[in-house]
Amino acid sequence: MSHIGLQHYLIVSVLLFSIGLLGVIIRRNVLVLYMSLELMLNAANLALVAFSRFKNNLDGQIMVLFIITVAAAEVAVGLALIVALYRRRQTTHVEDLTTLKL
Amino acid sequence: MSASDIIFYIFAALTLVCGILVVANPVSRNPVTSAMFLVLTIISMSGLFVLLHAFFLAAVQILVYAGAVIVLFLFVIMLLDLKEEQRRHVNRVVAALSVIVVMVIAAAIIWTIWQTKLGDGLDSAHLEGSLRAVGHLVFGKYILPFEILSLVLLVAMVGVILLSKKELK
Repeated sequence: MSHIGLQHYLIVSVLLFSIGLLGVIIRRNVLVLYMSLELMLNAANLALVAFSRFKNNLDGQIMVLFIITVAAAEVAVGLALIVALYRRRQTTHVEDLTTLKL
Repeated sequence: MSASDIIFYIFAALTLVCGILVVANPVSRNPVTSAMFLVLTIISMSGLFVLLHAFFLAAVQILVYAGAVIVLFLFVIMLLDLKEEQRRHVNRVVAALSVIVVMVIAAAIIWTIWQTKLGDGLDSAHLEGSLRAVGHLVFGKYILPFEILSLVLLVAMVGVILLSKKELK
């Protein structure tokens, strides 16, 4: 198989998503956890753009545009939450944040 | 193997290697290092977008992610004045188990993709994600979601201002 097709882009997307998922599972710093979430969102974006290109449908790219906007809003709110949390508890380590644990 | 194939492999490898260095850097546990490798991941991913002829999205990716989101991350990291994350006792069994589980999930999805005959190579692909085409769709067919999205940004802005007030009631 010499041509770069849809499969190649989808595999890169899956691998990037797995890396992000692994980061969310094994890292313990809230900020790095957040960056891993961004990686997962980016993997989804890559899959959408690849489908849009190879299926000749521009709607996927509009979806990616909207996802990028929502992700920016989400990062702003999440980082504000982290700052508020740090102000009260002086930590960004998830194992110190167990108030909601039963 | 044509030139664009080689460029694809370079950008894909760069994206994945920098992605791994974001979550599991063997040298440094500093969040700033992770943020810097996230910038590299995003820039090489916008290279992949250019290869997919999504020129407008590649520009937006660099502007919004590398320009705004990462700066926000770095700003918060500096604001909190985080020390280098001290090595706490990490449960090695849990870590190894989670690596195995994630690898199994990835292998399953990749196997499914490879089995499915997705067909169409680059020959049939002639879609151009230029600014004109994307703009026509955003301000035509998708005008209502676009306006709702501006509302989402407004709500996020109000929420952030409320959250970052000194006295959180």
